[in-house]
Amino acid sequence: MNFLRTIVAAGMVAASTSAFAADITGAGATFPFPLYSKWADAYKKETGNGLNYQSIGSGAGIKQIQAKTVTFGASDMPLKPEQLEKDGMIQWPQAMGALVPVVNLDGIKPGELVFSGELLGDIYLGKIKKWDDPAIAKLNPKVKLPSDAITVVRRSDGSGTTFIWTDYLSKTNAEWKTKAGAGTAVEWPTGVGAKGNEGVAGNVSQTKNSIGYVEYAYAKQNKLTYGAVINKAGKTVQPTIQAFQAAAANADWVGAKNYFVILTDQPGDASWPITGATFILMHKAATDKAASQEAIKFFKWAFEKGDKMAEELDYIPMPESVVKQIEKTWSAEIKS
Amino acid sequence: MAVESDVMEAAGPYDRARALSAFKLGDVTFYWITRACAISVLLILGGIILSLIVGAWPAIREYGAAFLWTQRWAPSADPPVLGALGPVYGTLVTSFIAMMIAIPVGLGIAVFLTEICPLWLRRPIGLAVELLAGIPSIIYGMWGFFVLGPFLANTFQPFMISVFDGVPVLGTIFAGPPSYLSLFNASLILAIMVLPFITAISVDVFKTVPPVLKEAAYGVGCTTWEVVRNVVIPYTRVGVIGGIMLALGRALGETMAVTFIIGNSFKIQSSIFAPGTTISAAIASEFAESDGLHQSGLILLGLLLFVLTFFVLAAARLMLMRLEKKAGN
Repeated sequence: MNFLRTIVAAGMVAASTSAFAADITGAGATFPFPLYSKWADAYKKETGNGLNYQSIGSGAGIKQIQAKTVTFGASDMPLKPEQLEKDGMIQWPQAMGALVPVVNLDGIKPGELVFSGELLGDIYLGKIKKWDDPAIAKLNPKVKLPSDAITVVRRSDGSGTTFIWTDYLSKTNAEWKTKAGAGTAVEWPTGVGAKGNEGVAGNVSQTKNSIGYVEYAYAKQNKLTYGAVINKAGKTVQPTIQAFQAAAANADWVGAKNYFVILTDQPGDASWPITGATFILMHKAATDKAASQEAIKFFKWAFEKGDKMAEELDYIPMPESVVKQIEKTWSAEIKS
Repeated sequence: MAVESDVMEAAGPYDRARALSAFKLGDVTFYWITRACAISVLLILGGIILSLIVGAWPAIREYGAAFLWTQRWAPSADPPVLGALGPVYGTLVTSFIAMMIAIPVGLGIAVFLTEICPLWLRRPIGLAVELLAGIPSIIYGMWGFFVLGPFLANTFQPFMISVFDGVPVLGTIFAGPPSYLSLFNASLILAIMVLPFITAISVDVFKTVPPVLKEAAYGVGCTTWEVVRNVVIPYTRVGVIGGIMLALGRALGETMAVTFIIGNSFKIQSSIFAPGTTISAAIASEFAESDGLHQSGLILLGLLLFVLTFFVLAAARLMLMRLEKKAGN
């Protein structure tokens, strides 16, 4: 009997502590998953509060937060201000990432090959079929290009990465805009689809004469040959943390309503043009206010202490000015 | 003694009636439980069909029957333009090629195991086949992506392309360029995945052939091949086809492994070395990031797979019935 009582008492204690330190739940984009889980782990060690993030995809994350089944949703594609108003939600960019075009060509070093958005669009449209095409040679007069067919590799699964890539192509290549457009899944004119960033990275590294697009971290980890890109200002830029941050710093965050900024093709001499932010979505008046407050605490902590962890994983922290603005938004919009 | 028989006498008729009614109650309960179980299958199936139809309704209204023979798949167009021809083609072609490979190999293994194999080798081979069935499909997908795909693209595909180059029809089916991710590679993975279904079931039904039948055939001088062909296979035909149907059902619906290795292109290309897609691969790839009409279209694809599988299995049943009639059973 005593034994039973102990168990019941222990159970009650466990239940009360877990109710006290409410675990925050979030769901959405797969792209920031490694970052959010690293943050959550460090946060748990520091505060004892856990965070459960399910990387189920941006679209599914939006649906979950709209249905109020999670404390926050995460999406690589910002919601339009009118949609946010309708759902009574706010959004803000939590971190940034960048995409790089990667190739598998004999004798070509990383950063040696130069692309423009228009050229990448034509390759992905299937209009440019061989590596020694005059259009590629024109941008790369010093590089010896093989006369082999280009194997185009792209994502097969709907993804925020694909949204950033196709959005960039739409902004820089008029024909791409009308034929394929921007979206998490589009009508691909050519190429083979591989699953996930790791799928594209693996396929490009195995296939000679192929081209693909992956997040910077995957290109770095898999030692893939990335290309340089000509940005909106007409300058050739290499994919570096500085170039990614320049794109974010040059974006008009202040003028944008509800942080509705798509970071591709931003102005500025140093800006890397294929950059994207990943967004957090929350209700202004959440049903579970305690959990909502906990989540804000976590994101505040991440802004303050998470930068180094983000950089270790090749994500780009939000610039200081943007963080200040976001913190103002929190205190103004979130009802406690 | 006397006391005991007295008790028994007194208790006898009363207990008998009680025991009988208890049996009856048990029987009725058992009858209804099993019946409920059987009916629940129909309810679940009906529920699935209903929710698929409800989910697919916006797409059905938008695209109608044209969904079946439209090839363009443009989810980001406004409004989305969706057609199922590419995935349907891919599903049928990959399943067909997979079965063409898996049926002879699977039956071959089963015949070897039951008729020819020395006893000591039986267990290892049988175990290997069962293990093949236990491997998760994502492992097949990864293996296909990293090992089988590159191997086929570097050796088998160039060979086939050069052999059939210039030959009408076959030349277009086996056309280049070689690809790591293709319809054929996915079919081969599927063939390996469905092999255990065909083999395990065939082995089990081959064991049900009465030894006396086989012995009689051997007795009149039949060879092993003749015994298998004229005694074992005809005797177990229904069971073998059942196994094949199970395998076909798996091949039609297999998702994860195929998604990894098929190349996910909605365009129909004449070469089987070109990338393609299947219904389940398309749904698995795009569902998480889809909404509105796009998602409804994916659910409609799911409904289509449901109907497709139903028709294929129904056709197989029909064929089986014909065979039975012809055999005079």
